[in-house]
Amino acid sequence: MHAYANPTRFLAIAKPLTPWLLGAGLLLVLGGAWAGLAMVPGDYKQGETARILYVHVPSAWLGMGGWTSLAIAGLIQLVWRHPLSGIAARAIAVPGMLFTALCLATGSIWGRPTWGTWWEWDGRMTSMLVLLFLYAGFIALTSGDDGQRQGGSLSRGAAIYALVGAINIPIINRSVVWWNSLHQGPSITLGGSSIDRALLWPLGLTVLGFSLLFGAIVLMRMRRIIADNRVAARLRRLADDEGI
Amino acid sequence: MKAKHQRLILALVALCGVGGAGVLAASALRDEAAYFRTPVEIEGGKAAVGEPMRLGGMVAKGSIERQADGLTIRFVATDGKASVPVEYKGIVPDLFGEESGMVADGRMRADGTFVADRILAKHDERYMPPQMGDMPKNMKAPAGV
Repeated sequence: MHAYANPTRFLAIAKPLTPWLLGAGLLLVLGGAWAGLAMVPGDYKQGETARILYVHVPSAWLGMGGWTSLAIAGLIQLVWRHPLSGIAARAIAVPGMLFTALCLATGSIWGRPTWGTWWEWDGRMTSMLVLLFLYAGFIALTSGDDGQRQGGSLSRGAAIYALVGAINIPIINRSVVWWNSLHQGPSITLGGSSIDRALLWPLGLTVLGFSLLFGAIVLMRMRRIIADNRVAARLRRLADDEGI
Repeated sequence: MKAKHQRLILALVALCGVGGAGVLAASALRDEAAYFRTPVEIEGGKAAVGEPMRLGGMVAKGSIERQADGLTIRFVATDGKASVPVEYKGIVPDLFGEESGMVADGRMRADGTFVADRILAKHDERYMPPQMGDMPKNMKAPAGV
């Protein structure tokens, strides 16, 4: 793994990988959306509104998976000081926050016809909103810092923040089990799925598709951060050479 | 010991500490963070008359009665161990129905009836195509609701 922590080697892989992830992700998302909207039947009880799960579930997974990878990047940064981990954490934060917001929005749109309310302060919704704020805090903490001078690595404070914020992930996951909540319990567990197979398969397509898109966005953002850092470094060298 | 091993151990110890604190906090919040109370909790004397609270449970089979004014409904909320009669005047969500979950905001009346100001339907984790929906009882909301 150490070999890929080098930005140059990373770029040699990331560059050709990006269009493949992007293309495959788009195809899967479009296919999954088509299947979810047009091919499978509605739910026996909720009817058509249940179809929002094909966006809601991947968004929730990527919002939470995003923070998990951000925390791992923070740990790698703190312990091994790999130059790429800070860049990865910065690149993950924005799409992670976007998918968390998408999860909250689709949940709210579904909640109105299903439960009869746009928003309630139950354990699942509150902890997911906390995740959104955690992302906002991380973005605030890492934008406008001295990262460009340090090759994109995180400040110690930001890395610790990423790690501490990870506590919220198991809380979101278990919130519907530990506490009475308005949100239903988990449909898909290790024991199986309580979403019938006829409705489940488009979800597989959209989860995989959105995940590939997420990967493509992260790679593109990482490449952009690396390019920015190089420009900044070159400008500094030029300035030094000319004795300005 | 190399510096990076020291940092790794420090990070893991700190992570365990913070994680442990999180678990303790979550378990301490067990009652506080609950979105609603269940009938068995109310039976256990956890609800004072007139105190605003939220009650959650299943609507007992065959228990929904529409009153003569056409707007008030009465039903029994149950969690399998205990049940509480509920009275509500207003419009219920489409998914409200017998043998499915609901959450009601309101307060206990002295006669042991829960008077709700607002009712939400709770959906469970099952998703099925209509032809499999455990016919015929789940096909439609019970008549009169």
